[in-house]
Amino acid sequence: MSGVEGYMYPNEITLYWSVLIVLYPFITGLVAGAFILASLERVFRVEAVKPTYRLALLTALAFLLVAPLPLVLHLGHPFRSPEMYFTPHDTSAMAMFGYVYLWYLMAVLVLEIWLDYRRDIVHLSQSSKGLLRLVYKVMTLGSSNISERSLAIDERVGWIVTLVGIPSAFLLHGYVGFIFGSIKANPWWSSPLIPVVFIFSAMVSGIAGVMLIYMATTKMRGKKIDMRCVDTTAMYLFYIFIIDFSLEMLDLIHRIYEADESFRSLNFMAHTKLFFSQIVLQICLGTLVPLILLFVTQVVKLPEIVRKYMYVLSGCLALIGVFAMRWNVVIGGQLFSKSFLGYTTYKMELVTREGFLAALALALLPLLFLWILVKLLPPWPEKTASVAGD
Amino acid sequence: MSAFKDARHLFRFAGLFVLAFLIFLVVRHYYVPKSFGQYGHYRGASIGEIAQLQVKFAGHQACEDCHTDVVAKKNTGKHAHVNCEACHGALASHANDPSAVKPVLPDTSVLCARCHTASAAKPKGFPQVDPAEHSQGLPCETCHNPHSPAMDAPAAAAGGAK
Amino acid sequence: MNISRRKMLILLPAAAVAWESVLAGTPEASPNYKMSDHWWGMLIDISKCIGCGNCVRACQTENDVPDGHFRTWVERYHVDDLHLENPTVISPDGGKEGFPAVAEDAEKYFFVPKMCNHCADSPCTQVCPVGATFISPDGVVLIDQKYCLGCAYCVQACPYGCRYVHPEKHVADKCTLCYHRITKGLTTACCEACPTGSRQLADLKNPNDPIHAFLKTHNVQVLKPQMATGAKAFYNDLDGSVR
Repeated sequence: MSGVEGYMYPNEITLYWSVLIVLYPFITGLVAGAFILASLERVFRVEAVKPTYRLALLTALAFLLVAPLPLVLHLGHPFRSPEMYFTPHDTSAMAMFGYVYLWYLMAVLVLEIWLDYRRDIVHLSQSSKGLLRLVYKVMTLGSSNISERSLAIDERVGWIVTLVGIPSAFLLHGYVGFIFGSIKANPWWSSPLIPVVFIFSAMVSGIAGVMLIYMATTKMRGKKIDMRCVDTTAMYLFYIFIIDFSLEMLDLIHRIYEADESFRSLNFMAHTKLFFSQIVLQICLGTLVPLILLFVTQVVKLPEIVRKYMYVLSGCLALIGVFAMRWNVVIGGQLFSKSFLGYTTYKMELVTREGFLAALALALLPLLFLWILVKLLPPWPEKTASVAGD
Repeated sequence: MSAFKDARHLFRFAGLFVLAFLIFLVVRHYYVPKSFGQYGHYRGASIGEIAQLQVKFAGHQACEDCHTDVVAKKNTGKHAHVNCEACHGALASHANDPSAVKPVLPDTSVLCARCHTASAAKPKGFPQVDPAEHSQGLPCETCHNPHSPAMDAPAAAAGGAK
Repeated sequence: MNISRRKMLILLPAAAVAWESVLAGTPEASPNYKMSDHWWGMLIDISKCIGCGNCVRACQTENDVPDGHFRTWVERYHVDDLHLENPTVISPDGGKEGFPAVAEDAEKYFFVPKMCNHCADSPCTQVCPVGATFISPDGVVLIDQKYCLGCAYCVQACPYGCRYVHPEKHVADKCTLCYHRITKGLTTACCEACPTGSRQLADLKNPNDPIHAFLKTHNVQVLKPQMATGAKAFYNDLDGSVR
């Protein structure tokens, strides 16, 4: 009974949802958030963020491809996963994962990327050599029609896809929030606010993530960072962060005020077992500090180099804060007993299927996928500027 | 129509979806177990499978069919409603083949103490003793017949709580 | 063989139905058992429980329950006077070897056996993504371990903590109300082993079952009634401090 304080139901002592289940909503959150940033330009005509448009889409795809992996690694019987496609249970939020994922992957993200890149794909299928030529040829689906008319159709259809993609992105990540929020057995999770908080913190992480990736890749390529783009991105990050913070504070204040039967136990847990991850990492370093930094950049005129550093710092802290939030929800929800009389400890292993190294590998894998995608479908602004048409 | 000529690639993309959906339907037909949905959203055959699991405790009826003398003795005392296997352990294997499987007699120093060791946590009125003081190390069956535990001494009415 | 077309039209559908039930396997355990005749529950009388742990051991034997996991367990409560919301609870190894003796004192103690409540509106079956856990037509919540993915969503959704993931089979596991016994007219292993009659199997659909008279003459509760799970494990003499 090591690691147990007070009383826990005997079957509650082991945590069944590990760091991989923390990683999954973090990854889908990045997908949804990156897509929302892309839609800012495509649907809401925020021209300033155009340099990040294609990069955001590729980032979303890279993370989306990795998203099912933590889930599959966690399952007791991963090879039975097809059951979720063949016999999904219509009362289970988790059952919609397979279909929402497929829809978002194929009917939104891949379709939108394909439509936006089609002209480049056709050109590349004609100019490349060897295996790469075959890859591009397959991607053209055998059509080399890049007449103005067909591109105009692509543009129109792509606009609709993006429009549909916004609620789809909310569904992709919101259903995860509902998976937690609908569990009446767990008062740390059970709340109608959780899906909303998940979506807004996802937007924070996605926008921060793409902003950082844009700044890093532009620097690595030796090009000049478009400050108008980054300033605008940071502005949207700031506003969405405010909404996210308000929602989280609303949940907290509501809990403290109502102080229902679970409050004493949860409050104690937040101040002891979750003190570092929640108070220090999520709230202070992960939310308050980046909010203050971003606020300063919005109201004070600062030189470019200072703004860059502040954006990078805020972005990194925001990502840490959002990850900490997922940790506090998933792990925190399993650390206390449903009898409200005790606590257990999460012993994260190192080298097992659900251990730290697996989580680290899965967290880094999307960057590898992004690197491959960027090589295959270059998203750089100067490359797209060379071919006319918008 | 010329409009469709410029959208042909879109139809091809849609065509991929249709093809994938058809393949999905075929695979699903073979994958989903036949009894799925029989009683609800689950594999109906699993109910039968669970019902066929091995029984380990025979149930007191099975014991009473043969051991009628013990039943008679038990019915005279306070252990009348204590089932045989509550003390003797799971004995379906013995009930199925009595001569092949011989049950091992339980160790009373452990068995009786489990229920009857005095503790303030137990319901008042339940017979409980401090085992060390009560019998001075003698095994319980020295004075108590487990099947009808009241001692034949005058304190029988008190139910053995000394 | 000469079968008229008319006969064929009658025979073929009949054969198809018969074939379907062959394919489905035999759903009922013994020929005399009809699922629709039963609606199973359990009656647990707190005033009779002595915390001997017989039930926990018997369940482990009958169902090969792995060590460290529990299909049933017993808790001991120590309630200090008016602080109902703050009892001291212990369950050493689920109460399997009983409990340490408490020296005589004037405090309030009692034992509470816990198990799956076989809820009529169970949150665990609601959340299963594939239909691997379900309530049978006779009211027993079961797990199809050949279909379960091991995602553990049901474990999170159970308010009573009665589920776990089997460490070797990697599927969800829990009390089956000894379905393999009750469908043959036997009682559950825990009820069979209980020396005081604290645990009693109940068939709510059987008008002659003693539970009906009991429910009419005693004050009973279910655990966590605010969860509205339709729990079918009824507790007599349950104190307000029980979690």
